Amino acid sequence: MSTTTTAPSAGTATQAAPSTGMRFTGWAANYIDERTSASTAVKTLGRKIFPDHWSFMLGEVALYSFIVILISGTFLTFFFDPSMTEVEYSGSYVPLQGIPMSVAYHTALDISFEIRGGLLMRQVHHWAALLFVASVALHMLRVFFTGAFRKPRELNWVIGFLLFVMAMALGFTGYSLPDDMLSGNGLRIIDGMIKGIPVVGAWISYLFFGDEFPGTQIIQRLYILHIMLLPAITIALIGVHMLLLIVNKHTQFAAPGRTNDNVVGAPVMPTFAAKAGGFFFIVFGFIVLIASLFTINPIWNYGPYDPSPVSAGTQPDWYIGWADGALRLMPPNLDWVIFGYTLPMGVLIPTVVMLVFLALIAVYPFLEAWVTGDKREHHIAERPRNAPVRTGIGAAAVVFYCGLWAAASSDLIATHFRVTLEGVIHTLQFITVVGPFIAYWITKRVCLALQRKDREMALHGFETGRIVRLPGGEYIEVHEQLDDYERWKLVAHDEYQPLMIRPDDNGRITVRQRVRAGLSRWFFEDRVAPVTQREIEAQKH
Amino acid sequence: MAITSPASPRRSGRRHPLATAALLIVGLLATGGAYALATSTATAETTAHTAEMVEEGGKLFAANCASCHGILADGTAAGPSLIGVGALAVDFQVGTGRMPMAASGPQAEVKPVQFSQEQIDAMGAWVAELAPGPAIPAERYFAGDGDVANGAELFRINCAMCHNVAGAGGALTEGKYAPGLANIDPIHVYGAMVTGPQNMPVFSDMNLTPEEKNDVISYLRYIDENPSVGGFDLGSLGPVSEGLFIWIFGLGGLVAVTVWLTAKSN
Repeated sequence: MSTTTTAPSAGTATQAAPSTGMRFTGWAANYIDERTSASTAVKTLGRKIFPDHWSFMLGEVALYSFIVILISGTFLTFFFDPSMTEVEYSGSYVPLQGIPMSVAYHTALDISFEIRGGLLMRQVHHWAALLFVASVALHMLRVFFTGAFRKPRELNWVIGFLLFVMAMALGFTGYSLPDDMLSGNGLRIIDGMIKGIPVVGAWISYLFFGDEFPGTQIIQRLYILHIMLLPAITIALIGVHMLLLIVNKHTQFAAPGRTNDNVVGAPVMPTFAAKAGGFFFIVFGFIVLIASLFTINPIWNYGPYDPSPVSAGTQPDWYIGWADGALRLMPPNLDWVIFGYTLPMGVLIPTVVMLVFLALIAVYPFLEAWVTGDKREHHIAERPRNAPVRTGIGAAAVVFYCGLWAAASSDLIATHFRVTLEGVIHTLQFITVVGPFIAYWITKRVCLALQRKDREMALHGFETGRIVRLPGGEYIEVHEQLDDYERWKLVAHDEYQPLMIRPDDNGRITVRQRVRAGLSRWFFEDRVAPVTQREIEAQKH
Repeated sequence: MAITSPASPRRSGRRHPLATAALLIVGLLATGGAYALATSTATAETTAHTAEMVEEGGKLFAANCASCHGILADGTAAGPSLIGVGALAVDFQVGTGRMPMAASGPQAEVKPVQFSQEQIDAMGAWVAELAPGPAIPAERYFAGDGDVANGAELFRINCAMCHNVAGAGGALTEGKYAPGLANIDPIHVYGAMVTGPQNMPVFSDMNLTPEEKNDVISYLRYIDENPSVGGFDLGSLGPVSEGLFIWIFGLGGLVAVTVWLTAKSN
């Protein structure tokens, strides 16, 4: 009884003297809540749980580098003028003095040489852009290889894919703006690819450039795309992406207590928010550190754009590299001439192949769902080894992409590794065409082998390295059982089986059914059965 | 001009029968004169070769070069004829260590120079005696005090497609390459432009005048003396080294941070 009497008195003691600050906070919170009902949102959002794993922070890196891009980009717009009017350079960089150039290039040079802090901001912007696309790509790979795109997150995968495309588009329009020789050469390649489209190519090119290439319009048009339309779309997509992330909840890796029906981790308020806020500043600081120490895109080296010269070692930024590489890898002399019109297959085939590749990435979740016939919700991130075919497909795609990507630097590979350019091209052609199949096969085998190892570990424990001689003279290595927490990770996955071919209502088996069954067999024919409870029990006795 | 305009009022509209021939003579004289003028500017002030030097050079040649280029320097299956290449070619090839070659390969590599400058000059004198060819120019043509902006523009137009805008070098076919141009002795840059060693085209004085060559040399000197303003230049190789850097050190570093941040959570 004594405790119940003391408790209210302690309560009244604290209530008696709230500080001015506390009173103001309480009043302000109440004021806002009465007018916006914000407490509901804060309650829901604040109690949102985010699981902890390093790979779950890659998307955060992308988000934070995007914020850095927005901030530094805003600074750049204050001083950049996207006009293509010709002026004579009068700035402080000696090797360009008196050279005619566009206002765009002049102001880009001024940002680098005349504006205080301008060069740092330019380098922050550009490095952050490279980091943004790289982290988006790595984030995508994480989502793919852990199967986090499965129901109910297929739509968010598609939005993420669109963000990847937006990131590439933002990057391309961005590095084309300074109107230096490198960016002009990049635009020339795009112009060539557009003109390569049968029938409409030349019209589209003239519409886009407003004239014969390069014209006097393109920088202004790219500028509007780069600072208005594309960022607006990107921000909207990021908004939806985050909203769906909250609605769908975050995936987590299986562990004791972490099931398909819960999320274990830190709540947004206060732990996760504090951590994420801190991480933002780490990313920001890291980018500024890189930008202050390492130069990027030294536009003053390249000189103003002039359609005639092309520098050795002309490459696009890394995320467009695979497109450049695709053009470099195409064998020559494939053009078709039809009624006097040339179809430049050396340009068309890479364009089509790249579009198909992108489309496959976009629709993969739907393809896999159809093939597996799996309509369940999945909130557990799968270990890549437990989905051997998917992991194999992913590895094949990575090898294909990297083959094209490496091809964009074929000349630098040749000079730096002292091999012939032709040898590099032929090797990369092989890697791009045959490599994916080899990568698929090896990856799938490795995954199955790792599954067998896991099974072995779950049932018989791990090898301790302790050799014991039995009384009969036999030597054995002592195995030690895993504890239940460790074992959980090895046994907590589903088993899939190939779909059966079933006749439809009319008693027929359609081609669609056969294709689906065939693909399903391809996915799940080779499999290692997960350890069952009974097997573990049997092992214990 | 009097010869070329013989048209009188009475024969207006008709050319004099000799007009074409006269015009041709004037044209040829002008071109020839200009050519002689242009070539003489580059070759006028050359170092005189003494008979002693020539004799010394002949001995050095016979001992070090003749096995590939032939005892008469008229070439063999292993090496080209050197008749008419001039002292400048010798200065470039031997002065950069490219000659004598250590081994056959796609192209002669730069390596430590094998001879003293006197020996190189002697061999140059001997080769120059065989037949006239590009000689060592006066120092003011490679002093590097010319118009840097003009040199940079000429470099972008004429040199950058092989040597890269920042002179970082680039790949050619079949294992050949255009070397990087950082910290090269100006006379060797001049010599390369005039003699066109290996895969490099010849930039004659009609193409780039000696003054323009000096401008190009001035630009290269500017790059050497003014290191990258934006920080480490990552080899001036452009987006490839930038991309590798951001993946390995940028994203790699941040992934390390994420691993660190979540390390103790389990």
